[in-house]
Amino acid sequence: MSKKSGDIASPSGDAAERDVVNAHKPVPTGRVAAWVVTLAIAAYFAWSVANNENFGWHVVGQYFFDPVVISGLYVSLGLTVVAMAFGIVLGLLLAVARLSKDRLASSLASLFIWFFRGTPLLVQLIFWYNLSTLFPTLSIGIPFGPTFVSWDTNSVISPMTAAIAGLALNEAAYMAEIIRGGLLSVDRGQFETAEAFGMTRSRALRRIIIPQAMRSIVPPTGNQLISMIKATSLVSVIAMADLLYSVQSIYNRTFEVVPMLLVAVIWYLLITSVLNICQSYIERYYSRSDRRTGTVKAIKEDAAALVPAQEAGQ
Amino acid sequence: MNALVNLTPLVRARNVHKSFEHLEVLKGIDLDVAPGEVVVILGPSGSGKSTFLRCINHLEAINRGSIEVDGEQIGYRMNRGRLVQLSNHAIALQRRKIGMVFQQFNLYPHMTALQNIIEAPVGIHGESRSQATDNARALLDRVGLSAKADNYPRQLSGGQQQRVAIARALAIKPKLMLFDEPTSALDPELVGEVLATMRDLASQGLTMIVVTHEIGFAREAADRVVFMDGGKIVEQGKPEDVIGNPQHPRTRSFLSRFI
Repeated sequence: MSKKSGDIASPSGDAAERDVVNAHKPVPTGRVAAWVVTLAIAAYFAWSVANNENFGWHVVGQYFFDPVVISGLYVSLGLTVVAMAFGIVLGLLLAVARLSKDRLASSLASLFIWFFRGTPLLVQLIFWYNLSTLFPTLSIGIPFGPTFVSWDTNSVISPMTAAIAGLALNEAAYMAEIIRGGLLSVDRGQFETAEAFGMTRSRALRRIIIPQAMRSIVPPTGNQLISMIKATSLVSVIAMADLLYSVQSIYNRTFEVVPMLLVAVIWYLLITSVLNICQSYIERYYSRSDRRTGTVKAIKEDAAALVPAQEAGQ
Repeated sequence: MNALVNLTPLVRARNVHKSFEHLEVLKGIDLDVAPGEVVVILGPSGSGKSTFLRCINHLEAINRGSIEVDGEQIGYRMNRGRLVQLSNHAIALQRRKIGMVFQQFNLYPHMTALQNIIEAPVGIHGESRSQATDNARALLDRVGLSAKADNYPRQLSGGQQQRVAIARALAIKPKLMLFDEPTSALDPELVGEVLATMRDLASQGLTMIVVTHEIGFAREAADRVVFMDGGKIVEQGKPEDVIGNPQHPRTRSFLSRFI
C-alpha cells in the first residue's frame, strides 16, 4: 500500500484502480466498418439476384418438388450411400492390406490405389458402362482353363451397376489412403499393448486401433462424402437418372436451363449442409475422451471429495 | 510337495540371443524364475534388459535359444520331433497368461479406466460383463483409484494412469507379470505411489519380472536381483548381496552412481 520509490513504473492510482476487471474495451471502429460494408454488399447482391427476371425464381418454385426432380434426388442420394458404403468397406480392406507385412497383399493394394486414383472418374464410369465392348461375356473359371459359369456382359452391367462400380471403386482408392493415414496416426504402443494382452489382429484393429484412428479419419471422410454427392452428377453421362439428369431432362423440354440448374444447385447445397452438421456431431463423439472438463469429470470430482481417504490410503 | 512345485520354474530362458539388424542386443541369457518369485533386472541403458522382457511374451522374436513360460515354449511348438513356428493366433493364446505394464502406460485413451480394465477379461477371456466390472472395481480399489473408474486416461495423472495399467494387467489373472520400466516416465513425486502398489503385489506372491532403475524397490521387494550389461547377465543373487556387496566391477560402477 505504501508508496515506495520502487513503484515508479506503475501508473497513477492504487491497486484497485489498476485491477484489469475494471478495464474498458475500446470500440473496434475498423471492424464495425468492415461489417457495415460487407452487409451492404451482400444485401445488394441478394436483392439483385432475387429481382433478376432471368433467374426465373417462379420456375424454380414450380419444379422444386416436381416428381421427376424428387426421384432424381433419391437416385443421387441412394448412389451416394451405396457407393460410399462400398468405398469405405473396400477402402478399409485396402488400407489394412497395404499396411500388412505380406508383400502380395500390399502390392496388390498399391496397384489398385495407383490405378483408380490415377485415372479420371468420368473415364472410369464410361469404361464400366461400355464394358461389353471390351469383354462381351463375363465368366468364372480357372485362368487359361475351363469356365464354369458365364454371363452376357450387357445383362450384368446396367447404368446402375456401372455407376455403383465406377463410384465405389474410385472412392475405395481414396478412402484407403485416408484410412491408412488414420491407422498410422495411432501410437504404436497401442498395437503392442493389444498384442501383449493376447488380442488377435482383427480384434485389436476393431476395438483399439480403429476407434482411435477415427478422429483423423472422420474429417476427410466428410469431405469425401460431400465430393461424392457432387460426383454422382457425373453418372448423368451414362444415362443414369440422377438429380442433374432429371433437371436436364426437364430443361431439354422447357428450355428453362438456369432455373432448373438452380433447382439442382439448391438441393445439392441442402444435402451438403445437412451432412456438415452430421459430421460435426460425429467428430464430437470421437473426441469425447479428449475433453478434460465435462459432466463426467465434475461428477467424479465430487465423488472423490466424498471419499478423501481413497488416495491417501495408498 | 511345496519344494517339488518350486523345482519347476515358471519361466525358463536358455541361451537367448536377439539381434536387431547387425546389432546383437542379447548374447545368451539363461534365467529361471520360480513361481511366486520377484525378479528385478537392473542394468545400464542399452544392456538389453527391456528387450529380454519383451522377448518373454514374444513382442520380440528371439534369434536363438528358447523361452518357456508355464511349461510352454513361447512362439513355437514341437510337432513330430520338429520345432514349428506358431501362428499369430496361437501366440495370442500364449500371451493371455502374461500381464504386462509398460513404461508409457499405454492405456487405451478412448476408454475410461473401468473400460480399460474390463476390455481383455470380457473380450478375450469370456468373462461376463457384470463379473468383470465387479472385479475391475475391486482392482481399482486395491490400487487406490476407486473414485476414478469413469475417468478417461487423459484426466488422470501419470501415476494414476500407471496404477490403472497395473489393475488392467491384473484383471486377466496373470500367472506372470512383466514390468517394463514402470516408473521411468513418471514425475519423481509420482514414483512412490506406483512402487507402493508394486510392493503390495510382490508381497502377495505374484510372480513378477521387473525391469527398473529403482534400486530402493529392488532392495526391498525383490527375491532376486539380476544385473545385466552388454546383453549378458553379469551377476545375480539376493538383493543384499548384489546391491550391498557387488562382486563384478560393472555392477559396482553402475551401483556407485546411485549412492
